[in-house]
Amino acid sequence: MGKKPTQTDILQGTLDMLILQILAPGAAHGHTIAYAIERRSEEVLLVEHGSLYPALHRLEDRGWIASFWGTSENNRKARYYRLTAAGRKQLSAEMSRWERVVRAVNQVLRPVQE
Amino acid sequence: MSSRRFFKRRWWDDERAREIAAYLENETADNIARGMPPTEAAAAARRKFGNPGLVREEIYRMNTIGWLESAWQDLRYGMRTLRLSPGFAAVAIVSLALGIGANTAIFQLLDAVRLRSLPIQNPQELAEVKIVGGNHGMGRNQQYGELTRPIWQLIRGQQHAFSGMFAWSVNRRYVGRGADMRSFRGLWVTGDFFRVLRVQPWRGRLLMPEDEGACPVTSAVVSYAYWQSHLAGREPEPGFKLEVDNDLVEIVGVTRPDFVGLSVGDNFDIALPFCQPKEVLQRDLFDVSVMGRLKPGWTLARASAGMQTLSSGIFEATVPPGRDARSTETYKHFRLAAYPAGQGVSWLRESYDDSLWLLLGITGLVLLIACANLANLILARASTRERELAVRLALGASRGRLVRQLLAESALLAAAGTLLGVALAHSLSRVLVWAISTEGSSVTLNTGIDWRVLLFAAGVAILTCAAFGVLPALRASQAQPAAAMKAGGRGMTAGRERFSLQRLMVVTQVSVSLVLLVGALLFVRSFRNLLTFDPGMRESGITTGFLGFWQSNLPPRRWVEFKRELLDEIRATPGVLNAAATSNAPLLGSSWEHGVRAGAVEGDAKFTWVSPGYFDTMGIPVVRGRGFGVNDTAASTKVAIVNQTFVRKFLGGADPIGQTFRGMQEGDYPTTLYEIVGIIPDTQYNDLRGKTPPMTFEPDLQLPAPGPWTGLMVYSSAPPAAIGATIKRRLAARHPDVIVELSDFQKDIRDELVPERLMAALCGSFGVLAAVLAMVGLYGVISFIVARRRNEIGIRLALGAERGQVVAMVMREAGRLLLIGVVTGAALSLLAGRGARALLFGLKPYDPLTLVAAGLLLSSIAAAASFLPARRASKLDPMAALRDE
Repeated sequence: MGKKPTQTDILQGTLDMLILQILAPGAAHGHTIAYAIERRSEEVLLVEHGSLYPALHRLEDRGWIASFWGTSENNRKARYYRLTAAGRKQLSAEMSRWERVVRAVNQVLRPVQE
Repeated sequence: MSSRRFFKRRWWDDERAREIAAYLENETADNIARGMPPTEAAAAARRKFGNPGLVREEIYRMNTIGWLESAWQDLRYGMRTLRLSPGFAAVAIVSLALGIGANTAIFQLLDAVRLRSLPIQNPQELAEVKIVGGNHGMGRNQQYGELTRPIWQLIRGQQHAFSGMFAWSVNRRYVGRGADMRSFRGLWVTGDFFRVLRVQPWRGRLLMPEDEGACPVTSAVVSYAYWQSHLAGREPEPGFKLEVDNDLVEIVGVTRPDFVGLSVGDNFDIALPFCQPKEVLQRDLFDVSVMGRLKPGWTLARASAGMQTLSSGIFEATVPPGRDARSTETYKHFRLAAYPAGQGVSWLRESYDDSLWLLLGITGLVLLIACANLANLILARASTRERELAVRLALGASRGRLVRQLLAESALLAAAGTLLGVALAHSLSRVLVWAISTEGSSVTLNTGIDWRVLLFAAGVAILTCAAFGVLPALRASQAQPAAAMKAGGRGMTAGRERFSLQRLMVVTQVSVSLVLLVGALLFVRSFRNLLTFDPGMRESGITTGFLGFWQSNLPPRRWVEFKRELLDEIRATPGVLNAAATSNAPLLGSSWEHGVRAGAVEGDAKFTWVSPGYFDTMGIPVVRGRGFGVNDTAASTKVAIVNQTFVRKFLGGADPIGQTFRGMQEGDYPTTLYEIVGIIPDTQYNDLRGKTPPMTFEPDLQLPAPGPWTGLMVYSSAPPAAIGATIKRRLAARHPDVIVELSDFQKDIRDELVPERLMAALCGSFGVLAAVLAMVGLYGVISFIVARRRNEIGIRLALGAERGQVVAMVMREAGRLLLIGVVTGAALSLLAGRGARALLFGLKPYDPLTLVAAGLLLSSIAAAASFLPARRASKLDPMAALRDE
C-alpha cells in the first residue's frame, strides 16, 4: 500500500507549482500540460505522462484549479484546466517560498567569499 | 481529505477514464502526424502515458477514506463467507444471543432497581432526611418510615437547606364497604408533595397544600394504572367519591402514567393527603419518609451539616413518652443527615441486590463459555480454511489485513447476536419481573431500554467479539503459506501445537461450567433446604388471616367480645379443626419487640399476644408447664409462655416455671410483671432463615391496648383455598362490615422465598446450559481432533491396533482435558463460593458433597460427549482412511 518515496514524491510540491505556473497564462488540457512540463523540466519531473493526472486531481480537489470539457485545437474533446483565484494566490506563495529555499540552498552550497 | 468526493467516486472514475482516453487519442494523433504507423503510434502513446489502470486507481484511492473502504470490503466479504456456512452462522448467533440476552436482562433489572433515577425533573436535587444509623428499632416502624410526624413538622419549620420539602408514607388500606371492600396501596403525602416533585397531572389536578387539614381527608388522586384498572379510565367528574376507610373522599385527579411513587417496584393506587387527627400525633410511630429538593448551590454535605445543628433541638422536643431513661437518652442523641434520594427507595434493593450482581456474574460466565465454544468453532473452521488463507497470503495480502478480515466476520456475528440478544432480553426481563411478583406484592418495574442498557449491550458485544474472535484470527494469520499448501491438511499426525488453543478453550469451558454447576447445585439445594426446613410449627393446612371491624361501629369495650364471637364462628365452620387469634403471624416478616428484664439480665424479646388455642392450632408443643386457658383474662395475673432461647438468655437455664420477668414501659404499654407458666421449644420467629430470638407469648385478653382487629391462624382438614372461601362467605353473610383477609400460610411462606426460588431456578438453568455448552464444545473438539488424525488412526488400525485401544487413546486425550478443567474449576468454585455465602441456607459454599456431585456430573457428561467421536474413530475403515491420501 505504502509507496516508496521516489523522485517525483520528493518533487511533488514542485510539480504542483509547475502545473499552476503553466496554467497561469491561460487554460490548457492534460496533453498540453504534460508536454509543457516535459519540455521545461527536461523530463526530470514527469517520466510518464500518466502521473500528471493524480496531480491535477489533487489540485482541483484543493480548489486551486478548475476543469471543464472543451474542444482542442485539432477539434478533439479534451478536459481543460484553468487557474482559480485561490490557485493564483497559491502560485505566488509557492514561488516566493521556492525562491527563499533556492537562495538558502545556494548560500549553503556556495558560501559568499570573505 | 476528499470526503466531498467520497460519494461520487464512481462518477469521478468514469470522468478520469474519459480524460485519459482523450490524452491517448491526442498523443496517437500526434504520433501519426510525426510519421509513425497507426499501430505503433497507439502503443507509443500508451508507453508515454504509463499504466492507465494505476493512475485511475491512484485517483480513486484519493477519493476514498482508506480504512472505511477496506472495512466495508471486509464486512461484505465476511457476510458472503457466513452465508456460505449458514449452519455455523446460526449456531454462533443463537448461542451469542442467548448469552447476551441473559446478561442484558439481568442488567436491565439491576438498572431498573439500582441505577435508574426517578422519572421526575432534576432527580439529583432530591434528598432524604434520615436519622444517622437508623432509630435502633425504637417505637413502631412502618415500611420506608424513617421519622415520626412530630419530627417532620419541626424539620419543616426550621430547615434552610431545601427549597421545598414533603413527607410521605405508604400503607395498605381499604376502599369500599361490605362485600365490595378491597384493599389498596395507599400513598399518604403532605400537600407540597407533587409540587416539590414537579409531577404534572394526567387528568384533573393533583393534591395541594390546601388539601391538608383536619381529619378526615376529603380529596385524593389516583395513579394512572388504578384509574385504568379500577375506575375504567373515566374522566374524573366533580363530586366523584370513593369510600376510603369509612370516609368519603373525592377523586380530584389522576397522576401521569410514568409516576408510580417514590418506592421503586411498588406502584401506588390512591394518594391521600396527611390529615391532622383530633388527638396529638404519635411520637413513637416512625411512619414517614422526609424528602426535599436542595436549594441551588447546596450540597448534601452542607445540608447534612445544617440538619446536624437542628438535631438536638428537634429530638429534645419530640421525646416519645413513657420510655425508660436509657432509651430516652439514646433518642435525644439521634442525629439527622441528608442522603441522596434521586433514585427513590426500594425494598427490592435489599432483597435482590446481592442476587442480581451474582446473577450478572453467572450470566457473564455462561457467555464466556459460549464465547469459548465459538472460538473453537472458528478455530476449526480456520483450519479447514487454511488453504484459502495461505493463497491470500501468497497473493500478497498482509497479515494485518487477514486478521481484520477474520475479525470482521466475528464482528458480524457479535452484532447479529447482540441485536437478537437485546430483543430477547426485553421479554426475558419482563418474565423476571413477573417471577419476583407475588400475590401480596406485585412488582412494577420500568425495564425499558435506556442508554445504560444499550451501552451495556454494546460493551458486552465488543468484549465477546474480542473474546471469541481475536485469538483465532491471530492464529490463522500465522499460517505459513508454503507449508500449509504443501501439507494440504493431510498431515500424518496433526501437530500438537496445532490444537493447543482448542485444548485451552475446552479446559476453560470445563472449569467454568463446573463453577456454574456447583453454583446451580448450591442454590437448588439451598432452596430445597428452605422448603423442607422444619420451622417448629405446622405449615400445611394452615390458613392465616386478618379480621378488621373498625367499620362495624362498635364501642371499644365491645371489641374483645366481638373478636371472640368471630373466632367462635370460624371454629364452627365445617372443615375447620382449630383456630386462634394472634397479634402477628409467624414466618411472614412481621415483628413485635419490647425491652425485658429478668433479674439482672436486660435485653429485648419478641412478644406475641395469642388466644388459648394458638399452640394447638400451630402444632407447637408446650413442653413444660401449661398453655393459656379461658381463665387468663385481663383481670387475672399477667402470664407468659417463653421459648428455650429466652430461658437460656434471661434465666440462665434455671427452672423457669413460676419465675417472672418485667416488660419495660413503652408508649401504651405500661411496665408489667409477667409470670412464666409454660415453655415451648425454639421455633422460627418471622423468617425461615434467621436465628431464633428470645420469644414470649401472652394471652390476647391481656393485651394492654387492643384495637378493632386481630390476626388469625386456622387449621383445617380442607385445603386453605377452599376453607378461606367458606369462612369469607359465612362472615360476609352475618357481618358484612368486617374486613376478612385469608390466605394459604404455606403459600405465603413460599412467597417469602421468591428470591431464593429465583436464584435456584436461574442458577439451575444456567448450570444446565453451561453443561450442555461444555458438552457440545468437548464433542466438537474431540471430533475435530479425531477427524484430523484419520490417517494416523487408519495406519494404527492397519498395523493391528485393537479398536478398544483406539477408543482408549481418544478417551485418554479427552480425560486429560477434563481432569485439568475439573481441578481448575474446583479451585475457582471455592473462590467464587465466597460471594454466595450470604445467599445460602443450611449449606457452606465449600460444600464437599456439592463439589463432588458437580464434578461427577460434569465428568460423566463429558465422557459421553467424547465417547461418540472415539467410537467413530475405532469404527474407521483403515483402507478407506489410507486410500483418501
